Amino acid sequence: MKKALRNPGVQAFIASIICIILGLLVGYIVLLFINPEGAAESILNVIKNFFTWSKPKTQLKQFGNTLAKTMPLLMCSLSILFAYKVGLFNIGVAGQYVAGSCACLYAALAWGWSWLPCLLFAIAAGAVLGAIVGFLKSYCNVNEVISGIMLNWISLYTANTILSKVKEVASPYTMYINEVNPSALLPNAGLDTLFAKNKYVTIAVPLALLIAIAVSIVLNKTRLGYELKATGSNKNAAKYAGMRENRNIILTLVIAGGLAGLGAAMLYQTGYMRWECTQSSVPSMGFNGIAAAFLGGLSPIGAIFSSFFIQHITDGGQYVNTNFYSSQISDLISSVIIYLCGFVLFIKITMNNILDRSGEKKMQKPKAAPAGSGKDGDK
Amino acid sequence: MEQYAIEMLHITKKFPGIIANDDITLQLKKGEIHALLGENGAGKSTLMSVLFGLYQPEEGTIKKDGVEVRINNPNDANDLGIGMVHQHFKLVECFTVLDNIILGVEPNKLGFLQKQEAREKVLALSEKYGLRVDPDAKIEDITVGMQQRTEILKMLYRDNEILIFDEPTAVLTPQEISELMLIMKNLAAEGKSILFISHKLNEIMEVADRCTVLRKGKYIGTVNTKDTTPESLSAMMVGRNVNFHVQKTPATPGEVVLSIENMTVASKVHKNNAVKNVSLKVRAGEIVCLAGIDGNGQSEFVYGLSGLEPLVSGKITLCGKDITKASIRERSVMGISHIPEDRHKHGLVLDYSLEDNLILQTYFGPEFTSSAGFLKRKSIRDYANRLIEQYDVRSGQGAITTARSMSGGNQQKAIIAREIDKAPELLIAVQPTRGLDVGAIEYIHKQLIAQRDAGKAVLLISLELDEVMDVPDRILVMYEGEIVGELDPKKTTQEELGLYMAGAKRDEVKA
Repeated sequence: MKKALRNPGVQAFIASIICIILGLLVGYIVLLFINPEGAAESILNVIKNFFTWSKPKTQLKQFGNTLAKTMPLLMCSLSILFAYKVGLFNIGVAGQYVAGSCACLYAALAWGWSWLPCLLFAIAAGAVLGAIVGFLKSYCNVNEVISGIMLNWISLYTANTILSKVKEVASPYTMYINEVNPSALLPNAGLDTLFAKNKYVTIAVPLALLIAIAVSIVLNKTRLGYELKATGSNKNAAKYAGMRENRNIILTLVIAGGLAGLGAAMLYQTGYMRWECTQSSVPSMGFNGIAAAFLGGLSPIGAIFSSFFIQHITDGGQYVNTNFYSSQISDLISSVIIYLCGFVLFIKITMNNILDRSGEKKMQKPKAAPAGSGKDGDK
Repeated sequence: MEQYAIEMLHITKKFPGIIANDDITLQLKKGEIHALLGENGAGKSTLMSVLFGLYQPEEGTIKKDGVEVRINNPNDANDLGIGMVHQHFKLVECFTVLDNIILGVEPNKLGFLQKQEAREKVLALSEKYGLRVDPDAKIEDITVGMQQRTEILKMLYRDNEILIFDEPTAVLTPQEISELMLIMKNLAAEGKSILFISHKLNEIMEVADRCTVLRKGKYIGTVNTKDTTPESLSAMMVGRNVNFHVQKTPATPGEVVLSIENMTVASKVHKNNAVKNVSLKVRAGEIVCLAGIDGNGQSEFVYGLSGLEPLVSGKITLCGKDITKASIRERSVMGISHIPEDRHKHGLVLDYSLEDNLILQTYFGPEFTSSAGFLKRKSIRDYANRLIEQYDVRSGQGAITTARSMSGGNQQKAIIAREIDKAPELLIAVQPTRGLDVGAIEYIHKQLIAQRDAGKAVLLISLELDEVMDVPDRILVMYEGEIVGELDPKKTTQEELGLYMAGAKRDEVKA
C-alpha cells in the first residue's frame, strides 16, 4: 500500500482527483455565498454538463461539442508540458495559439486554401512565434516568460488587424468558413455520424490523440527526448556532455509553438467558432492549457483526460441556473476549479511529507533499526 | 571533578531510514582544543547542528558549565557563547572587515552607528590574540587567511567562549595553516574552549589535546593525542587499516598527448583573465598534477581545455590535432574524458537514473541509439549493469536508482566509471576525491594510476596537499592564473610546494 502511494504515477492521479474535488467544493461554497437557493442544482449541472439534456441524441451532440473544444486545449497543454520538461515555462502558448488562429483563418478566408495547407500554415505561425522566444532566450538571455507575455499581446493585436480584412461588414466577427471556403473545414471522415451528426467532430479528435501519444514517445523513448530532458533538468551537465543547449531551447520552443498553432487550427477549422476582431484580451485557451498540463500530472496521456475534464466543466458552466446567478458565474466556477488544479504539485509534496512522517514514527518504534551511514553525507 | 565548558551527553538523532547520531557523547573541557574526527557521513555535521539547535535530538542532554540547557535555535546557542567558523565563510564580500565583524550586533546610539567604539574593541582583540587584520580592507580584496581571521574575530567580538572550527584548513596554504595552529593555541591559552572538526590527522596530532572519533553515526572513543598515533586514529575513524601512501611504480612517459600553448581564458568574476598565457604538455603514461590554492584559475583552465568556455588566445593540441576550435562533443569523441570539479553541477543529471547518467557522454552513438533516433533501452541496461559490476558502484535499486539518492562516493564512482570506460587518450580529473571518505579516495587514486599504467595521459587538478604529493609524477603549480613552478614530487617538500602555491616563490617554467 505504502509502496503504491510512493509511485509517482499513482501520486499524480490521486493529487489530480483531490484538486478536482477541492475545486468543486470551493465552487459550491462560492455559489452558496451568492445565493444558497440554486447552489446544489447549479454545481450538479456543472458536473453533468451535457448529461443535463434529457434526450440521448442531444446528449451525444453536446458531448461532441465538448470533445471538439477539448482537442485545442489538449494541444495547448501538450505545448506547455513539452516545454516544461525542458525547463521552460512557455506562457507564450496563448500568443502562439493566437498566431495559429490568425494564420489558418486568413489563409482559409482570404486565399481560399484547402484544409491541409491551412493547418500547416497555422503550425508554422505558432512555431515562428516559439522560435522568437527561443532565440531571445538562448542568444540574448531574455527570460521566456517575459518575452512570451509580450508576444501574447503583440500577436493578439496583429491578429485583430490582419483578420479585420476578412471580417463581416456588419459584425466584428470573421466570415463563416463554411460559406466562403468549405474546403478549408477539417474533414469529418464519418466521425460526425457517431455524434448524432455533429459536424464539429472532425479528424482533429483522432489526430490530437495521436499527437499526445507521439509527444509521450518522443519524451520518453528517443534520443531527442533524452537530450531535451537532460537540458531541462541540469543544463550545466547537458553542456558538459556536449549537448547543444541553445539549439535544444530553440527546438523545444519551436515544437511547443507548433503544437499551440495546431490547436488553434483544430478549433477554427471546424467552423465552431469565429474570431472576434475587437477582442481586447488574449483567448483563455492557452492559459487553460497550463492548468490542464499540471492537472494531468505533466504527462501527455494524463493531459488527454485533464483537458477533457477542464473543457467539460467549462461547458458545464453554461447550465448554471441563470435565475439565481448572472451568466458569468459559469466562468467563475470553472476558473476556481482550474485555479485549484494548479495545486497538484503542492498536494504531491504534502503527500510525500505525510508518508515520510509516518515512516519516521514507525522507525522509532523498533529500537534496533539498522545504523545508516549518516545524514550529513557529502555536500 | 573535571570542569567542562560544554557537554553533549548520549545524543541520539534519527532521520527516516538512518540514525545519524547514535548515543554520542562529546565533552569539551575549559581551555582545551578538542578535535572531532570522522569521515564524511560519520555524523559530525548532524552533531554540530544539534549543538546549534537546528535539530532536536530524540535522546540525550546538553550541559553548559555543568548545568543542563535547552538549545532550540541558533540564537540560543549564540546566547550561550557558542560560535562557529564555517568551512565556507559567511562574510559580506563588499563590506569591510570591521563592518563584517559588527554585523548583527552593531553598537549604536538612537540608530546611529558607533563605529569608533567597535574599532577599538576589534583592534584590542586582534592585538591580544595575534590576529592580524586591516579593519578597513574590503573582504573581496583580502586573502583567504585574513578572511578566516575576520571570522574568528567575529566570534571573539561576540564574547563567545566556545569556538568551533569546521575544517578550517581546507582552504589554506601550509604557511597559513601553521599560523592558524598558533592562533588556536593562543586562544586556548587565554581560556577559550575550541572544538576542531577535521579529518586531517597531522593537524589533529599537532594542535589538539584530545580527540573524539565518530564512525557511521556511532561514538568510537575519545583519546589523548599524546598517547596515540596518526595510524591508530585513522584505524578508529575508518574501522580498518588504511594505506596512506599510494603504491605505484615509476612512470614511463611516452608520446605527448596534450599540448597547450599560451592559453589565456577570461574570468567570469572579474575583468582580468583568470588563466594567463599557460603552456604545458602531458605525455602518455604520466600523471601531471596542476596544484594550487582554490581560485587561482584552475577551474577556468579546465573550462578552456574541455571547451566549456572559449579561449581568449592560445592553442590546444590533442594527439597532434589542433582542437582549439573544436566543440565539447568533438573533444569528447576525440578522446578527452573529464571528471568535473562539481559532480552535481556538471557531472550528473541528478533526476536521471543511474543508467541514464552512465550513458551521458555516449548516448548518441549507434550502441545506444537506433538509426531512427530511439534509445536502445536493453543495451543501455546491459551496459549500465556491466559498469556497476566492474566499478563497484553501489546504489539502492541498481541501474534504475535515481542519481540524486546515491551517496557522494558512489556518485563519483559512477562518473569515474563513465569517463574511464570511454577509453580516453587524456583523462582530466578535477578534485576527484573532494568530499569523499578515505576508502573512496584510495579507490579513486588506484583508478588514476591504473589509467596511467595503461598508457593514458592523466591531468589531475587538486587542492589537497597529500594528493598532490602522492599521486602525480610531475607537479605544476598555478598561482594567479600562471604556472609558477614545476616540481618533482619525489624531491620536493610540502613546505616548498606551499611557497609556490602562495606566490612567494616562482621559476620561469618552460612547457
